[in-house]
Amino acid sequence: MGGYFSDIFYGGKSLLVGLSITFREFFKPTVTVQYPYQTIKMSARFRGHIELLADDTGSPKCVACGMCQRACPSSCISLDSVSVDIEVDGKVKKKKVLSRYDLNFTTCSLCGQCVENCNFGAIDFSKEYNLASTRKEDFHFDLLDRLKRLEEKKA
Amino acid sequence: MSAPIQLRPDETFILNVGPQHPATHGVLRVKMEMDGEYIVKAETVLGYVHRMHEKMGENRTYAQYLPNLSRLDYLGALGYTHGHVLSIERAAGIEVPERAEYIRAITVELNRVASHLFWFGAFVMDLGGFSPLMYAIQDREHILDILEGVTGSRLTYCYYRFGGLYNDVDDEFIEATKRFIPNMRKSLKKYAALVTGNIIFHKRLEGIAPVSAETCRKYGATGPVARGSGINFDVRKNEPYSVYSDFDFDVPVYQEGDSLARYKVRMDEIEQSLRIIEQGLAKLPAGPIMTEKKPKNIKLPVGDFYQAVETARGSFGIRIVSDGDKNAYRLKLRSPTYSNMHLFDETCEGMLIMDALAFMGSLDLVIPEMDR
Ligand code: SF4
Ligand code: SF4
Repeated sequence: MGGYFSDIFYGGKSLLVGLSITFREFFKPTVTVQYPYQTIKMSARFRGHIELLADDTGSPKCVACGMCQRACPSSCISLDSVSVDIEVDGKVKKKKVLSRYDLNFTTCSLCGQCVENCNFGAIDFSKEYNLASTRKEDFHFDLLDRLKRLEEKKA
Repeated sequence: MSAPIQLRPDETFILNVGPQHPATHGVLRVKMEMDGEYIVKAETVLGYVHRMHEKMGENRTYAQYLPNLSRLDYLGALGYTHGHVLSIERAAGIEVPERAEYIRAITVELNRVASHLFWFGAFVMDLGGFSPLMYAIQDREHILDILEGVTGSRLTYCYYRFGGLYNDVDDEFIEATKRFIPNMRKSLKKYAALVTGNIIFHKRLEGIAPVSAETCRKYGATGPVARGSGINFDVRKNEPYSVYSDFDFDVPVYQEGDSLARYKVRMDEIEQSLRIIEQGLAKLPAGPIMTEKKPKNIKLPVGDFYQAVETARGSFGIRIVSDGDKNAYRLKLRSPTYSNMHLFDETCEGMLIMDALAFMGSLDLVIPEMDR
């Protein structure tokens, strides 16, 4: 019998303790962010999909060596290059120029191996996080085109 | 209208819990033979999220396998990647700078707290309380923010590298972590008053689903499940790896073996993890975060290597059999919840279904981790 009454007492007490805690939460500042009306700043190291970086002249730093392609665990990167003639000190030389750089973001695991393995600092993670689509083709990115558009915007 | 089905008094029926059911944590299916509300026999069925992670380990180079490890247990991913890098480093004889190991330990412990917090919220929600989940997720959010600040991701981290780390931590990380510790301690007090002291919570867990130490040994259960049954085993203490021998922390052990004991172990572990993080930040040495010669194209010597680490769910082991090539000849992952889950079939016989689901919650199952 004693257990019965002590349970009631204990139950009543734990109810009050619980209510007082949840009640105090009412007066705490709101922490919810009303996305998409409000957004928060992405952290500096946030890993969005990778992007090509441009040098001072606005052309990609990438030399089409293919290291990133080989390092990628999920084979998301595919690239092509063309050989063009350029004039250096009056002599015509052949140079490999990146002609296509495609990223299949559907299989990318954002591991960073590509960025790490690039010896030319030509790729980095973007801060892109607003990605949503019902078609997976929308996640096949043409990064060269993206870089061009970004550079045009800047200019 | 057809008449309701009449069962004979001794007749049982089969109840399917899952594979997609709000009371199971993921795509786990439990086939239960029921006698009214009581379970006569239960059989867990796995295989719904099998992704052949072990086989992938044999087809990819060791470095390419790094992102896979964080996709086993998505709540405490860093512990698993830690095991992988440690195993390769030991097998290939790669020295890791002390600073890198300290940062690894701190981030693993942060991740452990985050994992336990999420478990806490989900567990109380299994029992019918919703508010604690919101509080727990709010606290966990701080950890995710801190970890995002250093690793760039919030859940499936790929931060550790053979021989060190992807990048160094900044002052912001140290400040944020220092701010987080006292706040977390305050929250722990709140949880103790709100949940641990609650009478409904107590009545639903105390003495329910007792698991003996013998059963734990039989099934190879580890982690908080075994420690709730009086087995004092923690890989961090028993086979210290990384820099854990530098830290002063206790391993919480409870003898009762019931669901409440498993709950208490995890709640105490949060406090112990906070202690480790505190000490780690105080001792954090300066220096490089990567070995001088960054290892590339790692090939392991011919042999058989095993490394165990203590993750949030128990002892995780990775065994690599190498034939000297760039990838493993055989890679075996020993995941803790796979063993822990097998307690369920035996223990829940004769239990009420609601108690059994509370018991399942107390095991802290993460399905993609058992079903690799
Ligand atoms: S982040 Fe990893 S998975 Fe993604 S493209 Fe780079 S190497 Fe491939
Ligand atoms: S590793 Fe760098 S330079 Fe080489 S192809 Fe990739 S992005 Fe271009």
